[in-house]
Amino acid sequence: MSASVVMFLVFIAITLVITWWAARKNTGSQAYFAAGRSLTAWQNGIAVAGDYMSAASFLGIAGIIAFQGYDGFMYSVGWLVAYLTVLLVVAEPLRNSGKYTMADVLAYRLRARPVRAMGALSTLTVSTFYMIAQMVGAGALVSLLLKDTGISFRMAVIGIGILMIVYVVFGGMLATTWVQIIKAILLMSGTILLSFLVLKHFNFSLGAFFDAIAHVTYHDAQGNLVTQDFLTPGLRYKPPYGALDLISLGMALLFGTAGLPHILVRFYTVPDAQTARKSVVWAMAIIGTFYILTTFLGFGAATIVGRDFIAKNGGNNMSAPLLAQALAGDLFFAFISAIAFATILAVVAGLTISASTSFAHDFWTNVLKHGKEVAQDEEVRVARVTAFVVGAVSIAIAIALGPNANVAFLVALAFAVAASANLPVIVLSLFWRRFNTRGAVCGLATGLLASLILILLSPSIMKANAIFPLENPGIVSIPLGFLGAVLGTLSGREPSAEAKFTELNVRANTGLGAEKASSH
Amino acid sequence: MSQEKRFGTSEADLTASVGAATDVAPLSRANKPAHELTADEDVDVADWERVAAMDEFKELVAAKRKFIIPATVFFIVYYFALPLLVGYAPALMARKVFGVVNVAYLFALSQFFMAWILAALYVRAAGGFDALATRILSKLKGGR
Repeated sequence: MSASVVMFLVFIAITLVITWWAARKNTGSQAYFAAGRSLTAWQNGIAVAGDYMSAASFLGIAGIIAFQGYDGFMYSVGWLVAYLTVLLVVAEPLRNSGKYTMADVLAYRLRARPVRAMGALSTLTVSTFYMIAQMVGAGALVSLLLKDTGISFRMAVIGIGILMIVYVVFGGMLATTWVQIIKAILLMSGTILLSFLVLKHFNFSLGAFFDAIAHVTYHDAQGNLVTQDFLTPGLRYKPPYGALDLISLGMALLFGTAGLPHILVRFYTVPDAQTARKSVVWAMAIIGTFYILTTFLGFGAATIVGRDFIAKNGGNNMSAPLLAQALAGDLFFAFISAIAFATILAVVAGLTISASTSFAHDFWTNVLKHGKEVAQDEEVRVARVTAFVVGAVSIAIAIALGPNANVAFLVALAFAVAASANLPVIVLSLFWRRFNTRGAVCGLATGLLASLILILLSPSIMKANAIFPLENPGIVSIPLGFLGAVLGTLSGREPSAEAKFTELNVRANTGLGAEKASSH
Repeated sequence: MSQEKRFGTSEADLTASVGAATDVAPLSRANKPAHELTADEDVDVADWERVAAMDEFKELVAAKRKFIIPATVFFIVYYFALPLLVGYAPALMARKVFGVVNVAYLFALSQFFMAWILAALYVRAAGGFDALATRILSKLKGGR
């Protein structure tokens, strides 16, 4: 058995013990959906970072920098800056006025059933797309990293799916949170260690490191040996649409992160808005450090391992593991690979719990059952069944798509929907007195449809004949989402929604009447 | 709708009337056993309009606005300056500052510090918001 399998089994064993412990503590819906609202700022902050830094960040961004230099680093900037939107605009009001889901805030002063139905649809869309991307990526990665152990793509996807279902169904939010915390700590230690080794390789001279980055040699597509300054912009985002695509991506990140359901639900796990704020700060410290260190991961792989070698040994996603192998041998390679699995597992568990929470709380209890919980804990039971179904469906879709499917656009789509559908209605609901149910439904529908249609017309799907030239629809779909919400609102008046604005405004700003931590 | 009708007597459940029962925390004393009440739940909120009309509340909203709106505009402008300059002023971005390190890399790196500094400034300002909110809550409690 290879060392990475052993390390991964250790990780699984620890997380299963945590799940067992969390299952014993889980009593009632507040414990299951929101970890009893009793997490501390650092716990939730690390979990937010763990929820957010996916394999796409760890392996993907390192790979883009290793192959396209500066443009990859510029790409990583937006992932941190996006948290300013979360910190300044969304986290505290959301914590003060909601219970378990994003739609709680909307349903507060609007008509609950249409708004919750649309909110649940949008949440499930974002979570499912994001999850399929993670699962396909995970399967491909596992089969690549473990190609000597005989673990196939299908086995990897099923294994990850089953683990994720176990965490969520039995352990609820508490177990999911601890899986994310452990993963974030592992990921940060691996990244810091790897960065240290890169610096050591250059005798701790930043000057020597950057000189090497300015003279990276590799064979280009025509087979010529070229030397390229990897600090020069423009290796990935080329005219005529490069800058626009990057701006569009930046918009999706800046406005989408604050609309990602699996990030938003994390703010219900803390006792109050002050703790929610502090946890964003914790998350920003970790996420920022991580993305700055991608300088060492990505450029380190470009200079020490080299593009040619990475291209022959699994492609750009393997940049970080191959760098580990080059610097410290097979055991470190195994450690970094195990971190990559842990990363994927934590992210899919977070997505599953936010999807099942939204289905159970928004759709089942509040739309189908008109807000009356029939039996005690029915909501939790529905959420568990949903988590199982969501997990099973994602496994099936990921296997059907296969390891070679191009799924990167699914992540772009998830962010675009979050930014174009979710964020406009959250912001308008919190800050615009006149905003009403029609506006919310129009805004959610327009943002969702615009993102979907533009992705279908983009180069990701239509290749060379793309009608829409950008890979990221944000620059068009976000304004459309806002426009839909505003026009829908202006088409009618809803006195009850306007009357309740004062109440929401007082709650959001003072925390009066906000959900409290349960006393366990 | 009169306040009387919306909120009933002071002992009534003040939970939102439009949303579902599970939407928001109940505000009345009656709905929870006494040991589960926290300090500000014990406050009898007569009506939201009264809180909204308090000078402290107006001050709180104004103070938040004064920080959050300029800060948000600033980070959006600062962030989008990066792809715009890289895309449309490549010569400026390629200018070398320290050895081979160019403006483009330093500007991208500065974004991280911008985000951290802005977050720190917000946390400091938010301490003031918290103090105002606490004053509102204690005034409500003291008023009974």
